[in-house]
Amino acid sequence: MRIFLAVWLFVVVATVSILGFRGDKSRSAPRWVFPDMDIQAKYLPQGQNEFFADERNDRPMVPGAVLRGYNSDIKEVFDGEYVFAKAENPALFTGLNESGKPVTEFPLEVTYDLVQLGQKKYTIFCQPCHGRVGDGMGITKKYGMSATPTYHDDGKRALSVGDIFNTITHGKGTMFPYGMKLNPQERWAVVAYVRALQLSQNATVNDVPTQYRKELGL
Amino acid sequence: MANIFPKWSNTAPIKILICLALTVGTVVAGVTYWATPKYLRVGYQPIQPVAFEHSLHVDQLGMDCLYCHTFVDRSEHSNVPAASTCMNCHSMVKSDSPKLAPIRNSYESGEPVPWVKIHRTPDYVYFNHSVHINRGVSCVHCHGQVNEMEEVYHAKPLSMAFCLECHRNPENFIRPIDEVTNLNFRYDSREEQIEQGTKFVHDWKVNPPQSCSGCHR
Repeated sequence: MRIFLAVWLFVVVATVSILGFRGDKSRSAPRWVFPDMDIQAKYLPQGQNEFFADERNDRPMVPGAVLRGYNSDIKEVFDGEYVFAKAENPALFTGLNESGKPVTEFPLEVTYDLVQLGQKKYTIFCQPCHGRVGDGMGITKKYGMSATPTYHDDGKRALSVGDIFNTITHGKGTMFPYGMKLNPQERWAVVAYVRALQLSQNATVNDVPTQYRKELGL
Repeated sequence: MANIFPKWSNTAPIKILICLALTVGTVVAGVTYWATPKYLRVGYQPIQPVAFEHSLHVDQLGMDCLYCHTFVDRSEHSNVPAASTCMNCHSMVKSDSPKLAPIRNSYESGEPVPWVKIHRTPDYVYFNHSVHINRGVSCVHCHGQVNEMEEVYHAKPLSMAFCLECHRNPENFIRPIDEVTNLNFRYDSREEQIEQGTKFVHDWKVNPPQSCSGCHR
């Protein structure tokens, strides 16, 4: 009995010291106790694949392919009935008019919802550098992004909406392109919000509707 | 006539029973404790090619999850960012840091950075990120306080029991859509969580599947 208890205690202590406790940090990959069909030979997004020379599941676009849109944005993109939106309203996608100049009018209806969407996307993608009000004083300024300009000078106010759209899509100077992160509608929403920011920093009493002036002490 | 059984045999049956019970009990306890994802997966913290610090980028700089994991709200897969996303800032910020060399190499060559995958469901589980993100399930529910992690580790078990805990009672977990990427958001009390959660379940028609084929295919 004593011998058994001694062995039992030894086994328990040894197991605990080898396996450790739940939640312990570990560098080694998790073991599958019941592997069943947990790991299958199939293509997972951003996965590795020895079949291709670059070992990537995600294949780069074939040269010369024309992008119709993304499945995640436009559900009908693979549908036979799909209308090629870029042909219907090219300015919505390129920000350019027929003669290749940046458009001066929004190619879609600017609604309150669109500006709200713009604010949401601006806060995520633009605010780190351009700052909350577009003054170029985002958090990255003190870490070395010194060149971020303010939106609130005559030069930037004179930019057409097409110019701003093209800057978001293709980048400018030290700013990298954001066309991959925002779909065209979201980019126009951000343009609308940038316009709202410009107005907010360059407004007079006359821009405030009469019923709100009292509230603001004007 | 001599005794057939020696004296020690009087206590032998009870001793054998104790030994057996102890052995079986210990094995059962050990399997329960160690053979589940709570032990096997939680705490997995691989060495990444670049020691990306989430706590610095999220808590200190105030960046949103979607800046890098951009398509999580419209795709079943939460994308790991391309090197060009890092270069948006790191072309200027710490642009010659040796720690960022793999990012710069990847950006120049187009070869992906070999990030190590931490969270992995079995391949027959079809988890869709976007439906959860768009119905008030926060990143924090499955990934833990990533905003406080210097080095990401597997924080939650992601076992089937873990999924079902929420699929059976979504009102205990879901939150306003605006707060999904705010990993520090909590309701003040459990009552408030349930009250608001019940409202969201009703308003958004949240109906998480509990049938096998809801997730397994």
